Amino acid sequence: MNAAGILQIVVYFAVLTAGAIPLGAYMARVYSGERSWADPVLRPVERIIYKVCCIKADQEQHWTVYAFSALMFSVVGLVLIYAIMRLQAMLPLNPASQAAVAPDLAFNTAVSFTTNTNWQNYGGESTMAYLTQMLGMTVKNFTSAATGMAVLVALVRGFARRQAKTVGNFYVDAVRSILYVLLPLSIVVTLALVGQGMPQSFDAYTQVTTLEGAKQVIAQGPVASQVAIKHLGTNGGGFFNANSAHPFENPTALSNLIEMAGELLISAGLVFAFGRMIGDTRQGRALYITMALMLVVGITVCYWAEAAGNPLVQAMGVDLTSSDLAPGGNMEGKEVRFGIANSAIFATATTGTSTGAVNAMHDSFTPIGGMVPLVNMMLGEVIFGGVGCGLHGMIVFVIIAVFIAGLMVGRTPEYLGKKMEAREVKLAVLCILIFPLSILGFGAVAMVLPVGLAGMSAAGPHGLTEVLYAYTSATGNNGSAFGGLSGNTLFYNTTLAAAMLIGRFLIIVPTLAIAGSLAAKKIVPPSAGTFPTHGALFIGLLIAVIVVIGGLTFFPVLALGPIVEHLALAAGTLF
Amino acid sequence: MFKQLVPATLLTLLLTVLLGLGYPLAMTGIAGTLFPTQAHGSLIERNGTVVGSALIGQSFTKPEYFHPRPSATTDSDPADPSKTVPAPYNAASSGASNAAPTSKSYIGGIWALVEQIKAENPDARIPVPVDLVTASGSGLDPHISPAAVEYQLPRIAKARHVSEAGLRALVASHTEGRVFGILGEARANVLRLNLVLDERWPVE
Repeated sequence: MNAAGILQIVVYFAVLTAGAIPLGAYMARVYSGERSWADPVLRPVERIIYKVCCIKADQEQHWTVYAFSALMFSVVGLVLIYAIMRLQAMLPLNPASQAAVAPDLAFNTAVSFTTNTNWQNYGGESTMAYLTQMLGMTVKNFTSAATGMAVLVALVRGFARRQAKTVGNFYVDAVRSILYVLLPLSIVVTLALVGQGMPQSFDAYTQVTTLEGAKQVIAQGPVASQVAIKHLGTNGGGFFNANSAHPFENPTALSNLIEMAGELLISAGLVFAFGRMIGDTRQGRALYITMALMLVVGITVCYWAEAAGNPLVQAMGVDLTSSDLAPGGNMEGKEVRFGIANSAIFATATTGTSTGAVNAMHDSFTPIGGMVPLVNMMLGEVIFGGVGCGLHGMIVFVIIAVFIAGLMVGRTPEYLGKKMEAREVKLAVLCILIFPLSILGFGAVAMVLPVGLAGMSAAGPHGLTEVLYAYTSATGNNGSAFGGLSGNTLFYNTTLAAAMLIGRFLIIVPTLAIAGSLAAKKIVPPSAGTFPTHGALFIGLLIAVIVVIGGLTFFPVLALGPIVEHLALAAGTLF
Repeated sequence: MFKQLVPATLLTLLLTVLLGLGYPLAMTGIAGTLFPTQAHGSLIERNGTVVGSALIGQSFTKPEYFHPRPSATTDSDPADPSKTVPAPYNAASSGASNAAPTSKSYIGGIWALVEQIKAENPDARIPVPVDLVTASGSGLDPHISPAAVEYQLPRIAKARHVSEAGLRALVASHTEGRVFGILGEARANVLRLNLVLDERWPVE
């Protein structure tokens, strides 16, 4: 660790916060239907969309209809992207002549992009046609993100409304998310990224003769337009196999900052929007501080572990010192232009959110450095989290936290004037239990079946971590991987797809049920006995609840994976 | 309930056209006008032929060139397409080693690399910098650290019959610092360095 690295972390938080606060104010206006600067251009477009698509924009929906609309929208998109992948060989815009994607891989990928996971059991440049990347991946990046944002907005309305039967209109919330937030930001970010060197063309792969006379085929394509929304929508599915480590997908340290800030910007902005929409900005600020504190701790641990590097490599006389002349540390799977600090920030940010893009290979991190992204996902992707999903996940933890606080003082818990009763707490617990059930359940199955064990590339505890990481990433709808795992097999394609579906829809439905139940309640004015949820005491309690739940659930398996590997590395034991 | 199928389908189709065709095509048009070089892959030409991309590393093994970092990219085996063979700097199939830090074969591989690099650079004056013995995340890293440049400098000076001081001065002007002095790390672009070497001190 050095001053230059720490300064980059500070710059990152400054850029993020400076962007998130105004964006939050803007999004609060958009979702409340208030006028905004974009109205003259976008309102007419919005009206045309509703008309063409038979959407009754002025009709609000009960939470069950809202949930069903979200499901239908996802299912139709899933079928379409599956069909595009299966038919790509017959479709235009395929200069590299990519063949049809195999059925199990196409299914896994379709589910992956529908659930905002963007787990990739394929290499983009060697599998997908340009048309598939555009009609399939790029479109899904927008729609899956918009779905998450819509669900959050419905939940926020649940808090803001009193004795209401409806939580909004799903299609309106989704369309507004795309038109007013995701698309304008994507256009700006696309152009900024091309300026940094990211390709945006339909050129065929370029064949060059290198200085030493060898042939090199350079893959390219319409990269920037997909990468912009990949980060803004916390999707994370790379245009190229190496994702944001690829120099075309992340050419400079500045493009890296844009990508890292982009993947948290909307999630962080939504936290501030939440405060405004419920009429108490202090509540949004408290959640922002909670998330930022957890992110700082993660980045620091990861940076420290990676900067220290691999002691066995150091023992060979290799120089691991970080300076103005060398990145030092553990550079396996990392790029020189980013170095250690930016790889640690990226890894922590991409897993705190549900982005799952990578600019360095997590599989080759040191055991503790690699445990940070894993733990981030196990905590439920609530450290800013996916666009929408992160905040509604955090609110579920808030419900548990106020419930525990209520038990301690013997009062009915309440949050934002809504009484948290048996129904809400049960639904919140359901959301929390689905996580370990899927991760540990599928992980255990993979550990006893030969087809599961065959996928591991590493022996010893690291192999367990690879499998554990895969199911955690899939259930958390993250999409980053310990890339050594051979996931493109029938077993992993199907079980990972199942984990992604469980992690998406078995969370969305109870969340919307909570929204419906809250909307129907009265708002109780705060009294002397109300537990304030905007102060340091509450932030501390909330962090403790998240860490204790995550810790109790996953500590045993972490002890068998990264923790024992760390001890083995220190002792010089290899596998 | 299934009447939701109609708006869901129509909206999906409309968005597919708008975001899947309209948005990328418009971006391609605008980006190609504003940043023509970058939008087409930052290709570098020498004497009218394309020799590579400024952003994509390529393999160098001759002693008179600066060598890039190890690359873990592969290609399909010509003898058996279901298998892969090592193919460093394969820019049509990016990828990393994904090696575990406690893997026997990984640590053994680094040991061999360190020995090989020491043998190739007998006159090096500094310890082996870590980026020269570790594979990058993309397998296409175009850069090496200034320390990795300095490590290889005596070998290249000898191969090109120039003084180390003269070479060092030339190299220094092709080394980039952190962006705005803050972001990222100092680095040198291997392809650009080697192009300058060929231009300034061609090998007969």
